[in-house]
Amino acid sequence: MTAPRPLSLHVPEPGCRPGDTPDFSDFEIPRAGAVRRPAIDEAPEDMRDMAFSVVRVLNKAGEAVGPWAGLLDAEALRTGLRHMLTLRQFDERMLKAQRQGKTSFYMQHLGEEAVSCAFRMALQDGDMHFPTYRQAGLLIAGGYPMTDMMNQIYSNAADPLKGRQLPVMYSARDHGFFTISGNLGTQFIQAVGWAMASAISNDTKIAAGWIGDGSTSESDFHAAMVFASSYKAPVILNIVNNQWAISTFQGMARGGAVTFAARGHGFGIPSIRVDGNDYLAVHAVASWAAERARSGLGPTLIEHVTYRAGGHSTSDDPSAYRSKEEFSAWPLGEPIDRLKRHLITIGEWSEERHTQALAEITDEVRACQKKAEANGTLISGPKPSPRLMFDDVYAEMPPHLQRQRQEAGF
Amino acid sequence: MARMTMIEAIRNAHDLAMDRDRQVVVFGEDVGYFGGVFRCTAGLQKKYGSNRCFDAPISENGIVGAAVGMCAYGLKPVVEIQFADYMYPAYDQIVSEAARMRHRSAGQFTCPMVIRMPTGGGIFGGQTHSQSPEALFTHVAGLKVVVPSNPRDAKGLLLASIEDPDPVIFLEPKRLYNGPFDGHHDRPVVSWKNHELGDVSEDYFTVPLGKAKIRREGSALTVLAYGTMVYVAQAAAEEAGVDAEIIDLRTLLPLDLETIEASVKKTGRCVVIHEATKTSGFGAELSAAVQESCFYHLEAPIVRVTGWDTPYPHAQEWTYFPGPERIKRAFAQVLEG
Repeated sequence: MTAPRPLSLHVPEPGCRPGDTPDFSDFEIPRAGAVRRPAIDEAPEDMRDMAFSVVRVLNKAGEAVGPWAGLLDAEALRTGLRHMLTLRQFDERMLKAQRQGKTSFYMQHLGEEAVSCAFRMALQDGDMHFPTYRQAGLLIAGGYPMTDMMNQIYSNAADPLKGRQLPVMYSARDHGFFTISGNLGTQFIQAVGWAMASAISNDTKIAAGWIGDGSTSESDFHAAMVFASSYKAPVILNIVNNQWAISTFQGMARGGAVTFAARGHGFGIPSIRVDGNDYLAVHAVASWAAERARSGLGPTLIEHVTYRAGGHSTSDDPSAYRSKEEFSAWPLGEPIDRLKRHLITIGEWSEERHTQALAEITDEVRACQKKAEANGTLISGPKPSPRLMFDDVYAEMPPHLQRQRQEAGF
Repeated sequence: MARMTMIEAIRNAHDLAMDRDRQVVVFGEDVGYFGGVFRCTAGLQKKYGSNRCFDAPISENGIVGAAVGMCAYGLKPVVEIQFADYMYPAYDQIVSEAARMRHRSAGQFTCPMVIRMPTGGGIFGGQTHSQSPEALFTHVAGLKVVVPSNPRDAKGLLLASIEDPDPVIFLEPKRLYNGPFDGHHDRPVVSWKNHELGDVSEDYFTVPLGKAKIRREGSALTVLAYGTMVYVAQAAAEEAGVDAEIIDLRTLLPLDLETIEASVKKTGRCVVIHEATKTSGFGAELSAAVQESCFYHLEAPIVRVTGWDTPYPHAQEWTYFPGPERIKRAFAQVLEG
């Protein structure tokens, strides 16, 4: 018998930190169009391959190919491009506003625009999203007024949330957008509960839960998976794998699993991986999952493979923890460029029209910003009354809060 | 009018609520087919179907998290956490989600849910089946916290909690499920069947939240208690021959300060009793509130009688439990002052 060797702890580290050369050569990416499209009622155990591949529609030449192509006409694609351009423009202006001190905090979507914009178009009005802070495309593509988003970001007098929430933690019930929590992961199981309620009520609506790669480590993720699986809830569970949880690389949450999508297998939930930078692929996979949910076939887990090109928020500098070259080396490209090239390839768009659209969108976002700033910003102009802080703690204000409000001088 | 145990009264409240409002759904660990480990939901699945009363996986944060989602849809979930001691995995969903929903969404989303959980000791449950975590809830803005002490109140308060538009933590003193308990653990068990508070109307009725009840009028001192400790305080008062005024708080949040204030101003002396640990317990809040509003009426320092600041023990249960002897000593102490 040999003497036992001392154990040592394995702490996973990304292959690339500042100063290193990014290397995505071990990321296996199938050709666009190469991945099959299972029937929606295929048995979960027969489609495990879907968790280890990547559904892609747009190829390098800008063509839409394979069994997941053909769902969207040119008009819908132009609308999608417009949504993504709007979200990017919106982000740019709000980032700038934060730097100017007009608000305390901001979180952008750079590189991830296709995920929420395309997904929204696959769901219907009346369905409910339980988003994280990086799915504002659900609001933009759902027609929610940008001015109201800005009013929230500025915590101004017209803020629909009365100045109570951190910027970008929107809530828009009428637009199927659940109030965002800063406590990560909590919304995932709530989405399942909402979907269960729809089924209990014999409704036809479905829910979509959203979570980041890092937050899949939270117990809420596992609760959501077991509830969704056991009750066969009509819900789409989305993991947005943007590679980074602030400074922590996705391998820390993924552990020994090959993919996040593979997490679904232990629960018998059909799990599918999609190119999150491919507008058509995200839309096609979301539509497939929505059809499953609406047909009573239960939950689907989708891993959107994308890359967070910007910082986590305005509070961190990514160059402190990852290589600046990583995004340019990212093999799935950039979603707006890819959809634009596709539209040009099929003769439905041009550089001129693009420039024209961009100018229109810039004007539109600027006009919204002007309107929002007339209602004030965090540092100047009209603000929500401090009195509002005491409202909505309860439906009816109990005596102790009434006394405290008086004590505070309101 | 029927004679009911607290379990039967709680079951009856569920039945009436489910019958009256289709949005009410009931779930939790073992609550469906089996009807709950304490039988509080027995028969509901059979009567209302498994779409409205069902078992849940052993995942407290899953149960409360799913209930938050159901509230967002428009249902009114009444969920059971099998023991209050099991609540901790759900704490994030309760504190950061359910309690804050109305405020953070400016009223777009609300959480009209009831989270029931058996609380307290006296049943040889050891440290994982005996805790009284009420102070962890009374510290949270947006929650209501209710502790019934008898079958009639349990039914009326539960129905009021289900009607309430905000999340209610409903703590059921498990030692009171089958009968009142005066702290004399070596005496025969008493049943609700032989107690006037076991008389419960079978009709729908509510007991308003936020209203305390004076269980025993007196002039020598005021006792602030809730749940099991109401009966222990009563026994101590009878045995010591002290003319105590015993207030059963019933709702801890929002607190009925008016009733407390009137009583302490009358008696000038106050004993606060709970089974939970002392430090930062709800008794600290009660003492501070009494001091703030009644200081110039107090003849003696307020005394707290509580569980010791230890985990709830198994073999030493009756040393931990604030029984009649300790309460009698506290009475003597405030009467001397």
